[in-house]
Amino acid sequence: MSEHIIRVMVAKPGLDGHDRGARVLARCFRDAGFEVIYTGCHQTPEQIAAAAIQEDVDVVGLSCLSGAHRYLFPAVVEQLRQRGADDIDVVGGGIIPDQDFQFLYDAGLKALFTPGEKLDDIVDWFRKNVKKRD
Amino acid sequence: MHFSKEVLESSSRMRQKWEDEVKKVIAKGPDQKPRWSTISDLEIKRLYGPEDIQHMDFEQDIGYPGQFPFIRGNQPTGYRGKYWTFRMFSGMGNAKTTNERWHMLLREGQTGLSTAFDFPTLMGYDTDSPKARGECGKCGVAIDTLEDFMQLVDGIPMDQVTTSMTINPPATVLWAMYCAAAELKGIPLTKIGGTIQNDMLKEFIAQKTLMCPPDPSVKLVSDTVEFGAKHVPRWNTISISGYHIREAGATAVQELAFTLRDGMEYVEDVIRRKGLHVDTFAPRLSFFFNSHSDFFEEIAKLRAARRIWAKAMRDRYKSQDERSWWMRFHTQTAGCSLTAQQPYNNVIRTATQALAAVLGGTQSLHTNSLDEVLCLPSDHAVQIALRTQQIIAEETGVANTIDPLAGSYFVEALTNELEEKAWEYIHKIDEMGGMVAAIEKGYPQLEIADAAYHFQKQIDAGEKIMVGVNKYVSAEPSPIPLVEIDDSVEIEQVKSLQAIRRKRDDKAVKRSLEDIKNACKKGDNVMPHCIEAVKNLVTVQEVCDVYREVYGEYRDPGLY
Repeated sequence: MSEHIIRVMVAKPGLDGHDRGARVLARCFRDAGFEVIYTGCHQTPEQIAAAAIQEDVDVVGLSCLSGAHRYLFPAVVEQLRQRGADDIDVVGGGIIPDQDFQFLYDAGLKALFTPGEKLDDIVDWFRKNVKKRD
Repeated sequence: MHFSKEVLESSSRMRQKWEDEVKKVIAKGPDQKPRWSTISDLEIKRLYGPEDIQHMDFEQDIGYPGQFPFIRGNQPTGYRGKYWTFRMFSGMGNAKTTNERWHMLLREGQTGLSTAFDFPTLMGYDTDSPKARGECGKCGVAIDTLEDFMQLVDGIPMDQVTTSMTINPPATVLWAMYCAAAELKGIPLTKIGGTIQNDMLKEFIAQKTLMCPPDPSVKLVSDTVEFGAKHVPRWNTISISGYHIREAGATAVQELAFTLRDGMEYVEDVIRRKGLHVDTFAPRLSFFFNSHSDFFEEIAKLRAARRIWAKAMRDRYKSQDERSWWMRFHTQTAGCSLTAQQPYNNVIRTATQALAAVLGGTQSLHTNSLDEVLCLPSDHAVQIALRTQQIIAEETGVANTIDPLAGSYFVEALTNELEEKAWEYIHKIDEMGGMVAAIEKGYPQLEIADAAYHFQKQIDAGEKIMVGVNKYVSAEPSPIPLVEIDDSVEIEQVKSLQAIRRKRDDKAVKRSLEDIKNACKKGDNVMPHCIEAVKNLVTVQEVCDVYREVYGEYRDPGLY
């Protein structure tokens, strides 16, 4: 169990406006004592990567329910890599069919959370797995 | 209701006896739960009786169908004259595949069309915009130009079938396409009927399909209301939508309050900005509600909605035309209630939600398909969803008589309670200076965020149940076939869009865009210019870029 305060960016890539889950998680992370930055909707992968670096977050949590996750999630990982920030973990959530999981893990996503997940379990995963950046 | 003194006294005596019995039973074993509440967490009593509705006035609070306060429906004959419109929301891939689905649904007995656009179209971007990458046709149909639109309505009798289009910031452009398509088919604008959603206020509050800041967004809405009132008399120019407010996590009370206060804001804006008399446009305002899983709360909500609107139109806006007092609305069953786990359970959820919508007196209904939580609906799933409505209409007998739950102690008491709590919100927003001011303060957004978080905590704690998610969970996965929109759809759409750009008359395009820009700058109505522009094959994004340039772009502040 890590003792540091996790700095998390909750981000909505693409044009999707279904932000209920993202906002619920942002609140849940705040209540768990994390430092939270929420981007709001309609961010490009470039904007998310730039903001994550500028805000010096430990982890980026992406939320997408539009079906465009196969393009958008890997694009964020790639943008971070291009900016030399591949030590920022990227996790994803939303409506993601089981058959896309392996594709997204292969693309560099560290974890995927889909509806039905308990908030406490998500927080636990972050506490156990997110490392403080140097 | 006016019960006699004797009735209330005897009821009170009988109630005392019943309460004594309850105490004895509870002493032996407590209730299953210490507190019982609706899905919105409105506390519910063990029993309702005459005393709960003794202050109601029959004439003012209930009345008859087709009479003020219209709680029992707008039409004197209810569903006997006509069932609600069966209107399944559909759109997938490109215009051709969506047109095929529309024809299939009409063959299967659907009675109205309803269009789902993909995200780039909804946000006012063309398919080849860098912002649109990966989204083409995924959540609905991709429309870039009038050529796509002509394909969409191919073979559709536009003077006979009404079409609803779920489109918001670019509503002026897509509606212009509908008008232009009708004209090209030789159908006059006075003969076409349908609805554009065109409700920008709820976008800031909930759905986040955003383009320009609130004030100019509302101006564009008022343009369509004015144009419709003058030229397209059968068109509903706004569908004031609580659906998305509820999906974003609002309670039933918040859905009622924020939706109806949005409606009032549009009424005030059209009167102020366009100088129209309320009765020249209010009969064509329509509404859109969610039907969630709490059966009686939803029925009560829909009944309350009609009564609040009738009072607002008559008393606040001094409308004299009874047709302005009618709240006409479409209902969709709750997408957010569906579960990816055990997806066949969604058929049951949708059926009971649809039944609530019908008992609440909806005029139009969309039933969700069992797979919609995972993907766009398959032919098979959408057929079951449509059959759900047909079975309710034709087999269950619930349409035999109008508003069959009227006079129920519980339903009337709950209707009153929802209405009362909604007015509290409405008055609070009045005090803030109206809905635009409230949105700028983030007020409705944060109220909904509170409710969504509270509900999720209740689910996690097992205080609210979702079958298959936090109770009766089964280890066995139950996979269903998923509809996938292939990435080749995007490649083809971009190719065809670019071919249209090459072949069209550039001078006419430039002139059209200048006209729209001038209209925006002068505060004129953009609609006639939009119709001209789409005929010149101006794209959705080209018009919307003008709006963004003149009015500015709105950025989601990310409140949580």
